Amino acid sequence: MSKAVIHAIFDDEEPLMASAKSLRSQGIHIKDVFTPFPVHGLDTAIGVPRTRIAITAFIYGLTGASLATLMMWYMMISDWPTDVGGKPSFAYYMNMPAFIPITFEATVLCAAHGMVITYYLRCWMLPGVKAKNPDPRTTDDKFLMVIETKEENKSNIESMLKNGGATEIHHK
Amino acid sequence: MQHESEIREPLILGKKSYHEITEDIVRPIEGKASKYWYMLLTISIICFLWGIGCLAYTIGMGIGVWGSNNGVDWAFDITNFVWWIGIGHAGTLISAVLLLFRQKWRMAINRAAEAMTIFAVMCAAIFVLLHTGRPWLDYWLFPLPNQFGSLWVNFNSPLMWDVFAVSTYFSVSLVFWYTGLVPDFAMIRDRAAKPLARKIYGIMSFGWGGSARHWSRFEEVSLVLAGLSTPLVFSVHSIVSTDFATAVVPGWHTTIFPPYFVAGAVFSGFAMVLTLLIIVRKIYSLENYITIKHIEYMNIVIIVTGSIVGVAYLTELFISWYSGVEYEQYAFLNRATGPYWWAYAAMMTCNVISPQLFWFKKLRTNLTFTFIMSIIVNIGMWFERFVIIVPTLCRTYLPSTWNMYSPSFIDWGIYTGTIGMFFTFFLLFTRYFPVIAQAELKSIMKSSGQEYKEKNAAHGHAAHH
Repeated sequence: MSKAVIHAIFDDEEPLMASAKSLRSQGIHIKDVFTPFPVHGLDTAIGVPRTRIAITAFIYGLTGASLATLMMWYMMISDWPTDVGGKPSFAYYMNMPAFIPITFEATVLCAAHGMVITYYLRCWMLPGVKAKNPDPRTTDDKFLMVIETKEENKSNIESMLKNGGATEIHHK
Repeated sequence: MQHESEIREPLILGKKSYHEITEDIVRPIEGKASKYWYMLLTISIICFLWGIGCLAYTIGMGIGVWGSNNGVDWAFDITNFVWWIGIGHAGTLISAVLLLFRQKWRMAINRAAEAMTIFAVMCAAIFVLLHTGRPWLDYWLFPLPNQFGSLWVNFNSPLMWDVFAVSTYFSVSLVFWYTGLVPDFAMIRDRAAKPLARKIYGIMSFGWGGSARHWSRFEEVSLVLAGLSTPLVFSVHSIVSTDFATAVVPGWHTTIFPPYFVAGAVFSGFAMVLTLLIIVRKIYSLENYITIKHIEYMNIVIIVTGSIVGVAYLTELFISWYSGVEYEQYAFLNRATGPYWWAYAAMMTCNVISPQLFWFKKLRTNLTFTFIMSIIVNIGMWFERFVIIVPTLCRTYLPSTWNMYSPSFIDWGIYTGTIGMFFTFFLLFTRYFPVIAQAELKSIMKSSGQEYKEKNAAHGHAAHH
């Protein structure tokens, strides 16, 4: 029982989507699909769960807001309160209106950069990383589907792919 | 795939396949640069070098070499800073706000507009970093522990808000732009014939492969970045306006400043996008992607924001009269009829009257006219900042402090230098980076491409009868 890896190449998004859906309905697992542009609905069609990256942005944003609040409270209220233009600095809440812009900026700064760093690390995209697409044409105009299956299912899946409109099929 | 109404005009003209889009976008990068490109680059670099010379002279001698004086202590530096930052705003508006509104026409222009944002903010940064007088101590702007106590920076000050706003804006815009560029760099990498190009674009593309998982994260990241950048871009120019509005100087101390500055920023930014893209579409033959319809959409934004700016000018005048405060009234009278009346007249003509010509469809779809208008608007918006700063400061409360301002040779030199730097970077960008976000464009080809739209329309009619 050896494993077979099938690379099916499609010329367009519609046959790709249709094949992905029919393969999934047969219970066949699609490992990944490489496309030149984001094909809407493809991720759900091949069973990729919704990304949680937006949640991380929210958490980073909260962190940014808290750090900015802590910083300004410490510097302007606790460590060295100064009378600037008569703005009260006895307690944080009195001086807070003047701190809103920087709290906002720090929230955006941390949310944006935190999320983007998470995105690059989660996708493992860094300078010098080897190209992840198995075929260089997938960044131009070809769509490549990767299926990992058992040797005995191979011919069945291949005929399904061919009927679905795959123009090339390769074994890896 | 999305369906799009037949009434909407196609955004990609001609019969294009995915591969042809790739070819069209990559042509300026893989081909040889034209004579015009070298010519423009040479002029830009000369201006840039001249600017570096004047900048070095300023650092060596101090800001006394500028025309600024004791009364008019903000002049060319802050005028140019606000002008450049404002220009930058259109890039973020196109890439973020139009993304949230799902405007597909942004896809042909967002890459170049974001590049413009980044280079414009770099130009703006030069002025703020230099106007502190001792730029080698600019790290004092950040809340770092120090040996003065620690004496902290003042978080009550709008100037401090500006430090945070501009640095956040620059770094977030840069990251947003680069994240969008990664799939396009991968496309160039995968078809590069020369090993050096493959190596360089390989490093810059971070190993992108276009996996469905990565695309779904990519889209989520773009959406969230757009959601974060939208309030960010409004906050940046609002904060810039509070540099003026929280001061007690008559003519500056008004609550209308934040929305008025933001509208002006978008107005001048769109004008700069038009200036750049009308040249780019011509020299790189991108007429099928940056169509007359795109130009028209941008001109409509110019009418809207130009009219908002016009209403703001008139509101300011009315409120200064209605306030009954004579200092306030004088400030505006002085702007319009004082020694700098010509700057005020230039501002009013360029910003309020001339954009109204775009109500004529013939004019807003005419490239030559649009190009000339885009430059007029940018001149007008430069004068707006000049009018806010110089005529106001030259006649404040105490008549004994009144004096005139005229820019020095060095002032002009640094300003010209930033224009040179901006165009040098932009020209290099158009030569080595994909000018249009081709991956995104491919995704709308079937809903907004001319060929497909015509096919769908014919199909729809057949089904109807």
